[in-house]
Amino acid sequence: MSDIAERVKKIVVEHLGVEPEKVTENASFIDDLGADSLDTVELVMAFEEEFGVEIPDDAAETILTVGDAVRFLEKNTE
Amino acid sequence: MFDLSGRKALVTGASGGIGGAIARAMHGAGATVGLSGTRAEALETLAGELGERAHVLTCNLGDPAAVDALVPRAEEALGGLDILVNNAGITRDNIFIRMKDEEWQTVLDVNLSAAFRLSRAAVKNMMRRRYGRIIGITSIVGVTGNPGQANYAAAKAGMIGMSKSIAQEVATRGITVNCIAPGFIETAMTDELNEKQRESILGHVPAGRLGTSEEIAAAALYLASEEAGYVTGQTLHVNGGMAMI
Repeated sequence: MSDIAERVKKIVVEHLGVEPEKVTENASFIDDLGADSLDTVELVMAFEEEFGVEIPDDAAETILTVGDAVRFLEKNTE
Repeated sequence: MFDLSGRKALVTGASGGIGGAIARAMHGAGATVGLSGTRAEALETLAGELGERAHVLTCNLGDPAAVDALVPRAEEALGGLDILVNNAGITRDNIFIRMKDEEWQTVLDVNLSAAFRLSRAAVKNMMRRRYGRIIGITSIVGVTGNPGQANYAAAKAGMIGMSKSIAQEVATRGITVNCIAPGFIETAMTDELNEKQRESILGHVPAGRLGTSEEIAAAALYLASEEAGYVTGQTLHVNGGMAMI
């Protein structure tokens, strides 16, 4: 697992209070991890802080799974 | 009783009677306050009176770009933002059949859309901090209606509905969103009434007098306090019993 994936997983586990083994690449924040729509906004805010990037609203709306977040951040961070 | 030490509050319309009283009350309770309004001179005078912990942030709420910039400016000047008081309001009264598009739109822009934009901007960092107080100063006429004020009443009613919706969305994040609905209060707005109008209004007020800005500020201080943490989505009517709803 990449460093980015590890950091994303840590944020998701902490924020949603879920078991680490449930945070798989294809896990959907809302359908699989019990997030509500406000949680997804907060996750995006947490990613922005952790990785020092800005995630515009239209990009944020496409981040539905753990893998989506990792791929976006891999593409958009140094 | 209500201690706002260390809290940061932004009050729009702080150059007016009610806004100024709210800013004073919050400052008096220990908050650092951002005074927003269009009249820089009046704001500077108030800031001078308050002394430390008071910052002037002039802003034209009719200008969306200026509105969007206000919360970030306040967060920088105050060192964060815990309390947002959407108090600024204007009137462009006219009987409905003659009401111009411009009269409708200007009132909606300043009284409702600005409150929407400011609240949206403020709630983001309030969510991060898991604490926030958003207070909208609406009006009795937003609930009862008032001839000649279709635009104003619509904006004020809109503020109540908006506040209830935001309140439900952010309740789990330690953020409360409430409104205060003043009745007839002694301000520049009611000073324009003639003696006959005053008497006729007072005939409908069980308390038999106009309210004061300080009485609105006291309600705002309560809703801004930590103690009011379980009160959200409410409209607190401060009207001398004029309408019991």
